[in-house]
Amino acid sequence: MIEVKNVEKSFGNAKVLKGVSTIFETGKTNLIIGQSGSGKTVLLKSLLGIHTPDKGTISFDGRIYSDLTPDEKRALRTEIGMVFQGSALFDSMTVEENVGFPLKMFTNKSTAEIKERVDFVIDRVDLKEAHHKKPSELSGGMQKRVAIARAIVNNPKYLFCDEPNSGLDPKTSIIIDNLIHEITVEYNITTVINTHDMNSVMEIGEKIIFLKKGILAWEGTKKDIFKTDNEAITDFVYSSNLFKKIRKAQNKEE
Amino acid sequence: MRTLIFKEIDDLIIDSLGIVCFISFFVGGVVSIQTALNLTNPLIPKYLIGFATRQSVILEFAPTFISIIMAGKMGSFITSSIGTMRVTEQIDALEVMGVNSLNYLVFPKIIALLLYPFVIGISMFLGILGGWIAAVYGGFASSNDFITGIQQEFIPFHIAYAFIKTFAFALILATIPSFHGYYMKGGALEVGKASTVSFVWTAVTIILVNYILTQLLLT
Repeated sequence: MIEVKNVEKSFGNAKVLKGVSTIFETGKTNLIIGQSGSGKTVLLKSLLGIHTPDKGTISFDGRIYSDLTPDEKRALRTEIGMVFQGSALFDSMTVEENVGFPLKMFTNKSTAEIKERVDFVIDRVDLKEAHHKKPSELSGGMQKRVAIARAIVNNPKYLFCDEPNSGLDPKTSIIIDNLIHEITVEYNITTVINTHDMNSVMEIGEKIIFLKKGILAWEGTKKDIFKTDNEAITDFVYSSNLFKKIRKAQNKEE
Repeated sequence: MRTLIFKEIDDLIIDSLGIVCFISFFVGGVVSIQTALNLTNPLIPKYLIGFATRQSVILEFAPTFISIIMAGKMGSFITSSIGTMRVTEQIDALEVMGVNSLNYLVFPKIIALLLYPFVIGISMFLGILGGWIAAVYGGFASSNDFITGIQQEFIPFHIAYAFIKTFAFALILATIPSFHGYYMKGGALEVGKASTVSFVWTAVTIILVNYILTQLLLT
C-alpha cells in the first residue's frame, strides 16, 4: 500500500500539486487520470522519488520515503518496477539483456539463475521469439511488453506505469492493460498507472483518482464513474461522445 | 562494469583508429612536403625535413589536433548517445532502478579513454611514417637524410610533454561531452544542438589547456 498525505509540489511560482491525499491499494490497479497539465506526471514522479514534495509525505507500506536513509531509499527502489511512456529500453542491449539488467545490478544471482528468471518473465509477457532482438527491431506493443517484463523481473512490490498505452492501437492497448492487471493480481503488487485513456479506465480501473489542476477532484472505481454527479469527473469523461452514449444506454437499462 | 568498459573501449578507442591512422599518415606526408618546398636555400640541410616533421607531429599535430578531431568524433558520439538516453527516459529508468546513472554512464568512458595515449602514439608513428614516405618517394630527401633529421636534437622530455597533454585531453574528451549529454533538456533537435555545443566547448578547452600546459612544461 502506498499512502500519499497532503502532498504539495511547486515549480517556481506554479503550484502543480495542491495537497493531494490518497491511498493506492495493494493487489489493485490504481489509476491516476486527468487532463494534460493536471499534475499526474508530477504526482507519479513524486511517488518514484524523482521529485521531492515541498510538503506532505509518501509512505510505502509504512515507510515514509523522506525519512529513509540513502541506503534504505536505494533498497526501496529495488522494490519498484517502472514502465515508462516511451518504454525507455536500453538501445544497446537485447531484450534478454534489458530484462536481466535489474537482476545483474541488484542481486547476487548466478548467470544461470538470471537466465532462468529472464526466460520466465519474457515468456510471461508472451515474447518468446524476441530474446535476442534489439529494441529497435520491436513494435511499440512489443517494446511495452519488454518494459513490463523488465519492471517485474525483480519481483517488485510496487509497479508504476506512465501512460502505458500511448502510441498503441486499441487492440494492443487492451492486451497491455490486461497484462498489467493480471500481473498485479498474480503477484499482489501495488500498481499505479498514470493515464488519460478512458478505455484503460473502464478495462482495469479498480481504483481511480482524478486530478484537476493539482487537486484530487474525485476518487472511486470504474463503476462509480457512471453513477457520480461530480461535475469535474463527468466533464472529463463525457467529453468523449462514446462515453456519453454508454452512459445513456446504462441509465436506460437501470 | 567490466563489460561496459570494454564496450566503451570498442566504441571510443578502436572505432577511432581508422580515421586517426588515415589523417595522421597523410597530414604527416603534407607536413613533410610543405617543409621541403619551403627549404629553398641550398645551405639548409635536407635532414631538416625529418626534423620539422618529427617536431610538428610529436609536439602538436598528434596530441592536440588529433584531440580536436576526436572532440568531433568521440565527443559528439558521447553527447548524442547520452543525450538520446536522456530524451528517451533511459536515464530516468536507471535512476528509478536505483542505479547511479552519472557513474554508470561516465565512469566507463573515463576508464576507456585512459587508452587514448595509445591512439596518439599510433598517430605519432604514422605521421612520421607518412612524412618519411612523402619525402623519400616524392624525391625531396633521401631516406638517410630524413632519418638523420628524426634523430637530430631529440629531447625525450618532448615525448613526456606530448603524453602529459594527451592524458589531460583524454579527461576533457570524456567529461565535457558527457556533461552536455547528461544535462541536456528537450528533444531530438536539442540532442543535435548539444552535440555541436559540446564540440565547441571541448575544442576550446583543449586549445586553452594546450596553451597552459605548454607554458608550464616547456618554458
